[in-house]
Amino acid sequence: MQIYLPIAEVSVNAFTLMGLGGLVGVMSGLFGVGGGFLITPLLFFIGIPPAIAVATGANQVVASSVSGVLAHMKRKTVDFRMGGVLLAGGMVGSGLGVLVFNILQQLGQVELVVQLCYVVFLGLIGAMMLQESLRALLRARNPTGRRRLHQHMWVHRWPLKVKFRASGLYISVIPPLIVGVAVGILAAIMGVGGGFIMVPAMIYLLGMPTKVVVGTSLFQITFVTAFTTLMHAVSYNTVDVMLAVLLIVGGVIGAQIGTTLGARLRAEQLRILLALLVLAVCIKLALDLFLTPDDLFVITTRGQ
Amino acid sequence: MRAVVLALMLALMPGALLAQGAGSTMPADPDAGLIPQVEAPQVWPLFPDPVTPRGDPVADTDQAPEQVVAGLSNSAVAITTSFDGSDILIYGAVRRETPIPDGPLDVIVTIEAPSQPLTIWQKARRFGIWVNTERVDVGAAPSFYAVATTRPLADILAPDWDNRYRISLPLVLRAFAGAPEVEDTLPYTQALIRLRQQNGHYRLEEGAVTLVEDTLFRTDIRLPANLIEGDYRARIFLLREGAVIDAYGAAIEVRKVGLERWLYRLAFDQPLLYGLMSLAVAVIAGWGASAAFRKLRRA
Repeated sequence: MQIYLPIAEVSVNAFTLMGLGGLVGVMSGLFGVGGGFLITPLLFFIGIPPAIAVATGANQVVASSVSGVLAHMKRKTVDFRMGGVLLAGGMVGSGLGVLVFNILQQLGQVELVVQLCYVVFLGLIGAMMLQESLRALLRARNPTGRRRLHQHMWVHRWPLKVKFRASGLYISVIPPLIVGVAVGILAAIMGVGGGFIMVPAMIYLLGMPTKVVVGTSLFQITFVTAFTTLMHAVSYNTVDVMLAVLLIVGGVIGAQIGTTLGARLRAEQLRILLALLVLAVCIKLALDLFLTPDDLFVITTRGQ
Repeated sequence: MRAVVLALMLALMPGALLAQGAGSTMPADPDAGLIPQVEAPQVWPLFPDPVTPRGDPVADTDQAPEQVVAGLSNSAVAITTSFDGSDILIYGAVRRETPIPDGPLDVIVTIEAPSQPLTIWQKARRFGIWVNTERVDVGAAPSFYAVATTRPLADILAPDWDNRYRISLPLVLRAFAGAPEVEDTLPYTQALIRLRQQNGHYRLEEGAVTLVEDTLFRTDIRLPANLIEGDYRARIFLLREGAVIDAYGAAIEVRKVGLERWLYRLAFDQPLLYGLMSLAVAVIAGWGASAAFRKLRRA
């Protein structure tokens, strides 16, 4: 069934889009990530103009993170104060990111920068996750003594110290603000929630306990992607709500299937799978950059 | 003769002509008469400078010995949610008061979408990766352009006439926006046409027009699914010995309707409201899904 997307002005198969949303939904339910980092490149592949893919991707992440954050609020695994600080940084970052995005669009380099960002971040995160989960697998086989709650690093001793009760931390607000800004910029440029950046940053940089990390990052992502969606919609009219609805319908169903599936698999194995998936997307995008393209010329019109 | 033509026409496409029939009047241009007085330069470049103005189809209908009368199956295309392209049937007849002259008669039909400015980028390897480097801005190029003919275009259309009416694909570009930054724009315009031909947005369909008894003609042109809104233009040319002897123009209105139109207008007229609506849809869907599945699991 073909559907004409009113803003993207392309006609695509509705079931392809719902399947795409569903696939990414399964991933997000399985691994606890928003899936924006998969949906945006996949939209490029099926011919959605990059600007619209990024803006609509952000809108789709809102839906998937809302349903996630609700579940975490019930389990009381959201650190609202930390979330608020991250959010304040995130808003600033998102505003900056949308601005940068517009400049890149005028220079004709959006696609390149978005692809480069994906290659660099996916490569880093994938490698880190793979290494970490392999180590966890080995540790599970020969258990050693208990680890420290968290390590204090020099960044934690900066001024403006604040108590984050739910995380059990007493650290400076500057590092979480910086993390928030960085994730906000990425959300606007890459059309992702930034969970795949924020979760490791919260664990390794801020030293937050793992149980509040996912809930808190989802809380922050919900608001930052909502803000990003609004910014893109108001400044550049690039949010296609028809496209978003199709992705969301597939996504929410897929997420529930993924959650059920996830309960039956072991966490370490899941993380290895996710790491491999992230690396696969990274390699595919990297090849596009390094291999000689089929055609040396590209055409861009408004909004593309 | 005329009666025969009409009878034939009615037999072939009953009722169709009556709706759109007689309207072969083109805006008259005092400078450009019919066949005569066009001094063709010696050499015609393959891709002439798009800055030269595009000739409008002009023909002095009173003097033309053979005139084209034509109609379209639909003069409006509605882009609905399930829009999947549209077929346009263009049909017509040649009206003449005198016997059919000797020599082959040919017909060219074109359909043209509204023009848009665009940029053609050339990629080059920089630091090992492929980057958009050089650009050429084109002020106006139609987003869709189809040419259907009775015989190979090169055999029936003389270059000077092509240049005047801008019929063939290389002539669809209108103007460069500002002075081009590159020395040679030819590879860029060639690439534009090649890329658009590959995705079916520029089409040359030689032999797609059927001409019966040098009098009746018809052709189907398929508009692709990825259409933009606007006033499309259909042109029909009658040719003898490479020269255009009569031309006819008609408009095709392509509009988004219903939900498509509402969403599009909302997105551009009330972007804040539209953005908030998109968010509301996302929040409700996310909340609804988790609530629904919780209920399902409990049951």
